[in-house]
Formats: sequence, structure tokens, C-alpha cells
Amino acid sequence: MNNEPSNENKIRLETIDLSVFYGQNPGVKNVSLQIFDKQVTAFIGPSGCGKTTFLRALNRMHDLTRGARVTGKALIDGTDIYDPKIDPVTIRRKIGMVFQKPTPFPTMSIYDNVVAGLKLVGIKNKSLLDEVCERSLRQSALWEEVKDRLKTPGGSLSGGQQQRLSIARALAVEPEVLLMDEPTSSLDPQSTNRIEELIGELKHQVTIIIVTHNMQQASRVSDNTAFFYIGNLIEFNKTTKIFTNPDQKRTEEYITGQFG
Amino acid sequence: MTGNNLTNKKISLSPSALYGWLGDRIFAYGIFILGFIVIFTTIAMAVSLYFSGTEAISKFGFFGFMTGRVWDAAISMEFGTWPFIVGTLVTSLAALALSFLPAVAIAIFTAEYAPKWLGYIIENLVNLIAAVPSVVIGIWGIFIFTPWVRDSVYMPVYLWSLENAPTLTPILGNPAGYGMLTATIILTIMIIPFTTALACDSFRMVPKEQREAASALGATKWEVIRMAVIPYSRGGILAGAMLSLGRAIGETMAVAMLIGNKNTLPFTIFGPGSTMASVIVNEFREAVENIHLASLMAVGFYLFLISLVVNLVAAWIQRKYAITGGRAV
Amino acid sequence: MISLRRRYIRDNIMLSLIILNTIVILIPLFIIIVYVIAKGFDALSIDLFTKELGSPTRAMMGEPTGLVHTMLGTIVVDLIAVLIAIPFGVGAGVMLSEYPDHWANPVLRVLNDTLNGMPAVLKGLLAFTLVVKPMGTFSGLSGGVALAFVMFPIIARATESALMNIPWSIREAGLAIGLPRWRVILSTIIPAAKVGLVTGFLIAFARAAGEAAPLVFTSFGNNYLPIKWTGWFTGPVDTLPQRLYNLAISPYEHWHDMGWAAAIVLLAVIIASFIIARFVIRDKK
Repeated sequence: MNNEPSNENKIRLETIDLSVFYGQNPGVKNVSLQIFDKQVTAFIGPSGCGKTTFLRALNRMHDLTRGARVTGKALIDGTDIYDPKIDPVTIRRKIGMVFQKPTPFPTMSIYDNVVAGLKLVGIKNKSLLDEVCERSLRQSALWEEVKDRLKTPGGSLSGGQQQRLSIARALAVEPEVLLMDEPTSSLDPQSTNRIEELIGELKHQVTIIIVTHNMQQASRVSDNTAFFYIGNLIEFNKTTKIFTNPDQKRTEEYITGQFG
Repeated sequence: MTGNNLTNKKISLSPSALYGWLGDRIFAYGIFILGFIVIFTTIAMAVSLYFSGTEAISKFGFFGFMTGRVWDAAISMEFGTWPFIVGTLVTSLAALALSFLPAVAIAIFTAEYAPKWLGYIIENLVNLIAAVPSVVIGIWGIFIFTPWVRDSVYMPVYLWSLENAPTLTPILGNPAGYGMLTATIILTIMIIPFTTALACDSFRMVPKEQREAASALGATKWEVIRMAVIPYSRGGILAGAMLSLGRAIGETMAVAMLIGNKNTLPFTIFGPGSTMASVIVNEFREAVENIHLASLMAVGFYLFLISLVVNLVAAWIQRKYAITGGRAV
Repeated sequence: MISLRRRYIRDNIMLSLIILNTIVILIPLFIIIVYVIAKGFDALSIDLFTKELGSPTRAMMGEPTGLVHTMLGTIVVDLIAVLIAIPFGVGAGVMLSEYPDHWANPVLRVLNDTLNGMPAVLKGLLAFTLVVKPMGTFSGLSGGVALAFVMFPIIARATESALMNIPWSIREAGLAIGLPRWRVILSTIIPAAKVGLVTGFLIAFARAAGEAAPLVFTSFGNNYLPIKWTGWFTGPVDTLPQRLYNLAISPYEHWHDMGWAAAIVLLAVIIASFIIARFVIRDKK
């Protein structure tokens, strides 16, 4: 994968001893890792291993869950997103998210869906909105398919298109980091392919973190891979290394399909 | 011996007719009969109201009776239901307009903002208030609310208008306490819990993913509600509002106790009026003439038609705004 | 661009309005209940449960009067209603959920909902036409029929959704061991949905027990106990909601007080069934 060496060591996002608790039970325990700028980082592991929980900690989605608590630090460009002075709303604009299920707002048109994040902050300039809409839809490779029906409801698209619409919506606010939580798990193989290609194109512009239960997918799209198991980060390394010669025995067992 | 036993067992294992096709037939037909009786009850309601009222409808004409402005059971024996249609629609639409936003706001607070324990308390309280019988609200209205609202609202406003805006006085009407506005306020009180309960249900149906998607775009709490929660549940909320309107239209006892019962137009704001349901309850037991009784039945028939339309519109809204897309295919 | 600060100000304004609205609306509504309970409690007496009402002069002469005939009448009429409504309601519910392919189901669903949405006063008119007219007299029976019309659409809907909640696999399991369908429904599905059914009955009961409109021209009302026991069924019968209405609009002060007493008894019955319904639901979870 074409890594530019200059980016190789630039750290965009870093967690230090980050733990997430549901009530008393830790969902994720003391995870410290670095996310490199303009690269794709994949989180893998068996279901229930905490990879999604950890991902959701990176843009403070746990604030919305009753009884969830996060300790430790998560630094974006050196600023702790859990600093009490930092507003979660600002954080979420910097760190966008795409969910497992496509989540277009069903009553909004395709156009309104894409620019929803801009309208939130009161941008009303029509030509600017048009421009952003087209740019985002092109980035998410949906423009050609929907350019003639931007006024139709977002819910009328197919599942794969809906997911690309969700990606376009997330890209429209120009986030620095894009979190993707199993973005292809509810899609057919063809749409999955499309999204994977898209990830390859997008990583030149944004830093991407993708949670996936599909190891082939992780090996296809990511530069770095983190392996989680029962709430712990077991191993974090270059994807090529993880999939060919992992340091940890458990990683190897998982990669080779001995459990999971 | 053993062989005998085995054959016996085999015989008892083969099902009796009751445990085969026959039992299933009997059961199914029993169920269908019960179901069809429910179907026929509804049809019977429309048919029996129409035929019981047929004497009035044929005498004054279908539209003649509907638009007739005279209701005189004492001398001319002329009957028309227009005053009651006006009374019903004005009070119930006004009650819907007054109750809608407050009711939805309570639902937003309960389902979105309130901590779990408080939401639980409010929801049960709302359901409890919705369960208070109409006659109980009525007696409270007669002895507590009406005297209070007459002395501290209607009279001052009326006296003010006498001095300062005499043109307004005839529109305000007699501030006796029993009247259109009192009935409207009571209806508002009665449908708020109903609308709130239905709106709460709709908000609970909004998938978690929709809220999270809005949050992930950097929406504040209220923006999440405005952008994801309300649009998603608008069908349920609007259908709930229509059902509340249906409730208000059919609400009988509290209105009959508080509206003042005046059978001729024009109705004024404070002054007495009548609704279709209230006139039926008020006059049915005293209707001696056949044509009077038939006219009351015919009022019932028109009330049936209006309620039917409101219910069908509610069902149509629910279907039209049902969210089918937005999920993975 | 709107600054984040302004967006948060808007958030707080909305939240304040919503909280204010909730308080301003809910507290007065709650006060109605408190008022009825306080007023009614003052008016309660032993006589209320042991004496009959009689003519207005009785109360004015200071003779002890009460509503015992009303309480008994309410029990009779409500019981008749429940006995009629449960088979029809459950039957229609079973038809909707267990025979989903029946051609009449869409019609049944629409008409059942229509009936449910109809004003109760019209259900009284229907019972008047179907029962009072042929019998030639107002009767407890006709009152029960009128209230059954209020109850069974609710029971049918509750039954349908309770049965639908039972997974199809349980039905298939029953059929797979060779049980006929009726046996599966009666001894597996309905017992499994018991909680939902009972809740539905209670909600239907609570709705119907407070209705006065359908009773005014069916069970009509009666100031005395019936002379013969058949009078409960074939003669005019007093019921709480209808009596409460008559007392409230009567010109007698004594009767007004008694109206409050009737209100608290009625409210107690309804709140009790409401609370039982809630607790049944809570137990399930």
C-alpha cells in the first residue's frame, strides 16, 4: 500500500490507558495505541472483544449511553478529548463516524442528508451547500448514481448506496478522522467491494479507523491492525506483520481461525 | 402379554378425530364465528343508526338534516344537526390545537430528557390521568373548575369588554361558566395525556442508530431531537393527534355536564353550546315523539360518519408516514 | 455559521421551555386527582355502602341514604360485560394472530379498530337498538352489552399483540410433536401469552368501568334495589358512572356530596385495575 514515508510517524490520535466501563464491568481495559495520520487502522477480534466499544470511545459516543464511563486519555493532535473543557459536539465534528447499519435520515432527501451536518451549524449558502454535496457524493462514489434524484428520500436507496450516503454525510463536514464500525457487515459482497475501494481512495484525505470482524477485509484495506481480545489490546502492528508473523500466540490463533 | 400391550399402545397413539382434522375444523370455525360477530357489530352500528334515524333523514333529507339549523323538540318538531356539528368540530379542533404542542413537549421530556426513574413516574402519571373517567372530570368541572374560571377569568374579561370594547361583548357571550370555552378547556385536559402517551410510544420506536448518527455529525441534544427523533416519529405523532381528535369528538359526559346545552346557533366563546354527543345524552331519555328519537339516532349516525373519517385519516397517516426505508436491505 | 455557544443557548432555551411546560401541565392535571380524592374522602360514610338512595326527599329529611344498589349494580353490569367481551375479544384476537391468512382478517382488523375508535355513546345507542328495544325495557343486561362493545375491541387488539409476541417456532414445535392446532393454541400459546391477555382484560375493564354515556339509555339507572333478583338483569339498574352523572347535575346539595363519594369509589376501582395491570406487566419484566 502506498504509504508516504513522511506520514509514517505522524500520530493523529493516541490513547493512553483508556478504559470503558459499563456499570462496574470494564468493556475495554487500559488500551494505549497510536493512530497514524492518513492511514487505515483496522480493529479486529472476536465478537464481544471490545473493539466497537473502544472505537465509540474515540468520539465520545459513550456519553450517550446511560451507565457508561470512560477513564484514561484519548488525544487528538495532543488535545485530550475527555478534557472537561472540551465539548463532545466539537470532537464529533472532527471525528466522524459511520455505523454498522446504514443510517440515512429517512424523511430527508439525499441532498439534505449529505448537507445535514452543515445545516446544523447554520450554513445556508446554497451554492456552498451544492458544492459540498457534490464533492462528498463524489468522494463516496455515489454521485453518478444519484445526481439526477437528489431530491428523493434517502431511504429509497439500496443498502449499499445508503451506506455510501452515510459516508458522504460524514465526509461533508470534513472530519480529520473517520471511524467506521463494521461498515459492510449488513451489505452484499458487491457493495462491500465498493466500500473497500472507497476506503482505499479516502485514506489520502482522512485518517480512517475501521472495526471489522472480517479478517480478509482488514488485511485488504488497512495499513495497521490492532487485535482485541476480551477487552484487552493484545497486539498492534503493521497489518502485513500481524497477518504474516504476529508476535502474540493468541493473535496467531485468531488469524489462523483456531477460535473466534 | 408384552405383544398385546404394544398393540394397545399403538391404537391409543393413533389420534381420535378430535385430535385430527375434525378438532381443528371445529376450533377454527368457532374462532371465525367470534371474529365475524365482531365484524358484524361494527357494521350493525352503522346500519342500526341509519335505520333508527331513517324517519328523520328521509323527512329532512340527508343533507337537509345535516345542514338544518333548527332543532326544536317542543313546538315545530323540526330537526337539523348543524348546530351540533359546529359545536363538536369547534370544541374538538380547538382542544386539539391547544393540547398538541404541550402534549408533545411532555412526551419529548419524558422520552428524551428525563432520567429513567423520572420518565417512568411521568409516564405512569400520564396513563393514570388518561384513565380518569369522563364523569369524574365532569364533577370536578361542575363544582371546582367552572365557578373558579367564571369568577376569575370570564367575568373580569366580560366586564372589561363591556367598558372598553363593546363590539367584543356579543362574541364573548354569557359568562355563566358553562359554555363552549369551558368544554374546550376540559377536552384539552382530557386529550393531553392521550396524545402524550402515543407520542412517547413513537419516540421510543426511533432506532438508537438514528440518534447516534445525528450525534456523530456533531448535533447537540436538541438538534438530535429535531433532526432525527421528531422526523422519524412524525407519522406516529400525527396519527396520535388524529386519534386524540377522535376522542375529543366522541367525548360525551364531561362535555354534556359543562357545555351549557344550547341548541341554536350562534354559539359564543363563553356562552353555552352543544355537541352531537352531548345532545344525544341530554335529550335521549326525554324524547317521547318518534321523530325526536329518530333525529337523535340520526345525529348518532352523523357522529359515526365523522368519527369514521377521523379514524380512517389516522390510519392513513400512519401508513403514509411509516418509515420503511432507512434500514439495510 | 452559528457559533456553538448560540447553539447551546438554543438547546437550553428549548429544554427550559419543555420542562416548564411539563410542570405547568402535569401538576394541575395531577391536582384534579388529588382534589377528587380529598373531596370524595370527606363524603365517604358507612351508609354509602349499606343504604339505598331512594327519592331526593329522603336525603333532605336527613334519612340515611347510600349507593349500595349502585355498587351492586355496577358489579352486575361490569360482570355481564366482561363475560360477553372476553370470548369475542379473545376469539377475534386469536383469529388475527393464529389464522393470519384468513381472507376476512384485514376487514376484521379495520372494523375492530373502527369500533374501538367510535364514541362510547354510539355503543350505547347500538345496545339500545339491539337489546332495549326488543326487550321493551331498560335493563342491566343491555348495560352489560353496551359496555362489552367498549371492551372487546381493546381485548381483541391486546390478544392479537400478546399472541404475536410468542415466536412461531413454539407453534411449530407443538405441531411437530403431533398436536393438533387447536391444542397448541389452547395449551401452549394462550398460556404463554397469559400476562399480556390479563393486562388487556384489565385495561379494557378500566376503560369500560368509567363509561357513563353508554349506560344512560341502556341500564338507565334506578334509585332503589330491585325487588326480585331477576331485576338486576331485566330491569333498570344503577351504575356508578351513570349515578355520578345524575347526582352531579341534580339540584340537591346532599346529592352533590354523594356525587364526590361516588367519584372516589369509581376512581379507586379504576386506579386499582390500572395498578394491577401495571404490576402484572412489571412482574413479567
